[in-house]
Parts: sequence; C-alpha cells; structure tokens
Amino acid sequence: MHAAVPAGKIRAAPRVQMFKKILIANRGEIAVRIIRACHEMGIATVAVYSDVDRAALHVRKSDEAYFIGPAAASESYLRIDKIIDAAKRSGAEAIHPGYGFLSENAKFAQACADAGLKFIGPSPHSMEMMGSKTRARQEMEKAAVPFVPGTSRGLVSPEEAEEVAERIGYPVMLKAAAGGGGKGMRLVHTRKELGSALESAQSEAQRSFGDSEIYVEKAIVNPRHIEMQILADEHGNTVWLGERECSIQRRHQKVLEESPSSIVDPEMRRRMGEVAVKVAQAASYTNAGTIEFLVDQQKNFYFLEMNTRLQVEHPVTELTTGLDLVHLQIRIAAGEKLPLAQSDVEIRGHAIECRIYAEDPDNNYFPSPGKITLLLSPSGPGIRCDSGMYEGWNVPMDYDPLLAKLIGYGSDRQQAIMRLQRALGEYFVAGIKTNISLFQRILGDADFQLGKLDTGYLDRLLAKDTQARTSRAAEHGASEKTVTLDTIAAIAAGLFAVLDPASASTKNGSVGSADSTASTSVPSNWKQKGRSEGLR
Amino acid sequence: MVYEVVVTKKAGDKTGNETGGKSHRLELENTAEGWACRFDGQPILIDAVIARRDVLSLLIDGRAYEIKREQTTTDLHMWVGNSCFAVELRDPRSLRSRQKAAGNEKGPRQIVAPMPGRIVRLLVAENSSVEAGQGIVVVEAMKMQNEIKSPKKGVIKRISAIPGAAVNPGDILAVVE
Repeated sequence: MHAAVPAGKIRAAPRVQMFKKILIANRGEIAVRIIRACHEMGIATVAVYSDVDRAALHVRKSDEAYFIGPAAASESYLRIDKIIDAAKRSGAEAIHPGYGFLSENAKFAQACADAGLKFIGPSPHSMEMMGSKTRARQEMEKAAVPFVPGTSRGLVSPEEAEEVAERIGYPVMLKAAAGGGGKGMRLVHTRKELGSALESAQSEAQRSFGDSEIYVEKAIVNPRHIEMQILADEHGNTVWLGERECSIQRRHQKVLEESPSSIVDPEMRRRMGEVAVKVAQAASYTNAGTIEFLVDQQKNFYFLEMNTRLQVEHPVTELTTGLDLVHLQIRIAAGEKLPLAQSDVEIRGHAIECRIYAEDPDNNYFPSPGKITLLLSPSGPGIRCDSGMYEGWNVPMDYDPLLAKLIGYGSDRQQAIMRLQRALGEYFVAGIKTNISLFQRILGDADFQLGKLDTGYLDRLLAKDTQARTSRAAEHGASEKTVTLDTIAAIAAGLFAVLDPASASTKNGSVGSADSTASTSVPSNWKQKGRSEGLR
Repeated sequence: MVYEVVVTKKAGDKTGNETGGKSHRLELENTAEGWACRFDGQPILIDAVIARRDVLSLLIDGRAYEIKREQTTTDLHMWVGNSCFAVELRDPRSLRSRQKAAGNEKGPRQIVAPMPGRIVRLLVAENSSVEAGQGIVVVEAMKMQNEIKSPKKGVIKRISAIPGAAVNPGDILAVVE
C-alpha cells in the first residue's frame, strides 16, 4: 500500500545462508500468511494438517504437506514429536510456529534446536522467562520497567493476599502466573470478596494451566490495552515499530486492533518503545515480539506481559511501517542483521484490523462452524484481507473460530474507517454465521469514531438496546423507495426459483424451506440459550 | 409463475427482533421488457440477472440491488444489503404446500443439530417426560458447550444422539411427542 521506509533506507544485508525450505507448524489464515511470505522469498514450504484439515487452504497453498494426526489439536498441531518428524522427513531447515498452538512453548523451541532445526522465534530461555508472568515481573523489576503495583511472586496465603491488597488499595486483580485469555483472573472490589475469589481463581488456574499460582496487582479502572511491536536480531540490535491499540475486546479476546492509538503522541510512543526495547533486552530476546501495556486514564503505562511470537494483529504494524514482519522474522532467524535502525522507522497513516470469526452475533456469539456456501471477498483501495477460508470449505468445529482478518489502511484514521466500512459492505459469507455485522456497529459508533476506548468499550456497546437502533439500509428503504426491502426479498426468492434453482430446489411445492416438523424448534432453542447466557 | 411468499425479517442487521411473517402473492412473467411482476397486485417491472450462483442482480426503475441467497439447515435466507429475510416460497397449486400452510404442530417433533458438533452428554432418558425448553442433549463445537432444548412439552420417544459422536447440521438428535 505504501512504503513508510523508503527503499533506499533498507540496507542490503551481508549475505547469509537463507533457508531453502520452512515448515509451518500451524493452520488457518496465519499458515497461509507465512506460506505467502516464504514463496515471496523463494523458500519452499511444508504444511502440516490434521484429519479435518486435508482440504484446508494452507494445505492447498503449500508446496508439501504432511498428515500429523486426528482433529483434536492435542493429537496433531500440539504434537511436538509429529511436527519435528514431518520437518525431518521433508528436509525443512526451519520451523515457523505462527501464533497459538506451540508458538510460545519453550519445550518445542528446544526440541527444534535438539533436532537441528531453526525455530523462527526467540530462544527457549527467553520464552521461559516471559512465559511465567511472575518470573517476567521479577525480571522487569530488576530492569526498572514500570509495571502495575502488586506482588511479583505467587501468593502463599489468603492473609498475604489481604495484606497486599490493603497496601496497594482496592480494587485489585487476581491473576494466574501461567495465565492468559482471562482464565484464573478475578476482579476484587472489597476485602470481603477476596477469600472466595482467590480460591476460585486458584482452582480455575489449576484446571486451565495445571498450575494454581496466583499473584495480585492493583486493578486499573477502565484501562486501555496498548502494545508495542519490537524486532530483535541475533547480533544485539533491537528496534520498536510503534504501538497497536487493542482495547476492543470481548471476554478478554481482542476483536479489533488499530495503529497508531488515538491517545499516543510521538513522545509517549518513543517512551513506550524505549521501555519495550529494555524489556526485550532484559530477556535477551530475539526475533519478533510484543510488549503489552495497560494504560490508565492519566496515560501512565504499565508492563503487562510479553508475547513471544508473531501476533494475530501484526498486519496493522506492517501497513503503518511499510515493513513485512514475516520476511524480517525469517531473515533474522537466518542470521541476518536488522536491515534498519530505529531512526529509519517511520509511522505513516492509519491501519485498523477486524477479526472475522465464525460466530453468531445474533446469538451471543456462539461458534458457527460448517460449510461456506458463498463467499464474496472485499478488495479495492486500502484493503487487505488475510484469509484462511474459501467457498465450499467446511469450517471445522475443532479449532479457534478465526476465519480471516480484514485490514483497512488510510492516510489518517477517518479514511481507514471509511474504507473498512465500505469493504465490510462488500464482504459476504453464507452458510455459516460471522461477526461481520459487529464491525459495522463498532465503526459506525460515535465513541469509536472519537477514539474513546477502553477494555470495557465493547461490552458497553453490546449492552446498548438493540431495539433503538435503525440501520442505515432500513431508513434508506423507508424514505426513498416505494419498493420496500422485504418486497425485494420476496421477489428475489421467486426469481431465484426461476432463474437459479440450483441449491434450493422446488421439491413438493416447498421451495427451500426444510421440513418444518424437524426444524422450526431449533433456531429458537439456540436463540433462547444465547439470550439466557447474555443475561448473566 | 405464481407463488405464495412468506417473508420474515431476521435480526441480521440488529435492527430489532424478527418481524413480518405476512403472506404475499407474487406473480412473475417474463416479457420482452423484463420481468413483469405483480406483488399483491402491485405491478413492478424488473431487470433480473443471475450474477453467479446464489447472487441475483436486480434493477428496478434504475435502482440497483444485489441479493444473496443462503440456504441454512432450517431456513431460506435472502440478504438485501445488511438485511436478512427468511423466505418461504410456495407454489399454491401444490397439495403438500397447502397442507403445510395450514400448520402441523401436532404429533412428534424431531430435535435436530443446528450445526456440526460433538455430543457431550444426554440430559434425559428415553420415555421421560419433558417440559418445553428443557435441555435434552449437550453439543460441543469450537470449545463451547450448548444445550439443545425440547421444542415442546411431551415424552421423549427416541434418542438417537450418542455421547462422543460427531453430528452434522440437520442430524436428528431426539424425537419428542
């Protein structure tokens, strides 16, 4: 889309031996993303796949593909032995782990090293240090990195929890040392709630991570979640590449990310970037990494954790810096020096990413796997679509529901929003439910357009009365047309039956509606369930 | 061509709850100028082209519409922009269609899987009495467990769901009568 770093500034690196073949230990859109980068660099790719992924896009796009087991991730994409075996059989020299699955597993990185394979990511040592949140806090304390007040060690007793909470002041947040995704996390407002919250957090942490260690920190009220991308080569050079605003979350999962953040000015960006570089250096970090910060309403930022992998939302940084992070990851892993210095990094324009999930926005965002019967993908100026799906593909029920990422780029935030809104209108997926309509709501929301965001934003938006809203399309229909949209729908149904009777055949005089005795009850069940869940 | 069409607005664009459900009479006739259509008697001239399977382009008095068709396990959907309509199309000459229009809520009701998943457990046994809305089977998909409930008060005549088994949309899980 643009190159923020003028071509001349990217220095030609001294020649190192580049990989000839890379195995991608992942699936879905990120596997496709990495395969594309490899092909751009003239590197052959090896995909791995489970029982249900034989026809998946990453297998279709790859030069080679190896079967690694049943659908359950624990028996396929999480099996270190099978993935190493596939790498050896194929003669791959390096493994890119993507995100999720084994990407932050130090044992996997070690197993790669032991097998003579280059792991495209940091060392097992750095991963271990950052994998434990309490250990990371201890290291950051030493390096004088600002973090949220609290304990840097696991709590030994409820009494200790009370003492610390009293000292730092309520509300406090209990967190699992091994945690992630909101598991083992509890917000505690008063001393009275502390005991039972600690107990339930411990048992949830034990169940989720096999580790009941809990620490406590001061709860930041209505924080923003802002993270800083870094790149570090294996020769001691580390640069920061600007922040990503990730405050729009649901159930602690990011939904929409953008760069730059509306509240970060160049001075704050530089300070965050420098802290991020300090964090990376304290961990002897190499390759691409992300330092997450909580930012309070006074714009103070606190170290939260480091993600030792490529992030889902890396494209927004690619668009605003003009860099290809996956290319650079591979070049760093091959031993090249970073081809740019900090002074070469220039943030230009604005990028926003929407995570397209297979879930039903009308039914409490329940997962919606199944066959994609129709897929119309957006394109045009400022639009990038990183997708792992195709028409006719069966979205399996066994994995994360992320289907694709739609990223809009513009010279400023407003243009990025306008382009995304236009592209979302072009995007159409049938056969399964997706959250595409959610992004139309977010992008059209006044608070979003003003950049008034915090981690509670999306819950508040979803709680707003849906009855009161009127879609632009409906208003349009009522005011300007004599033919209403439901009339159009009725006429279209008739014309489809005549002109394109393909899938919805006219059997027994009933066109396309399934046997009502079998079906009428079912959608209402799901809806009911969703509504009752929504009330919790 | 004469059809009876029932259109129900779905909450697809979050404008509110499902509305509509009215029955309309639709006549379509292919003429030299395009499709001469009568909708509840109102004449409308339409230029219609199938752009590709499941995508219909309409021009009505200069206005352009693109309508997408989606067949789910339970409904036929017409998407007009962000708006989704469930449509039932009947040929009024058909006997079965007339029977159906008359309604058939009595008798056994099948409980089917609305999407692919895996049966986690059964919540009731065969021959047990259930209330409307009572959970029958727990199905898991994408790491979320969902209870499938009885559409009506009655007795569970048959349970075909087997714990641990994979199910596809439309598979019969149980029958309640």
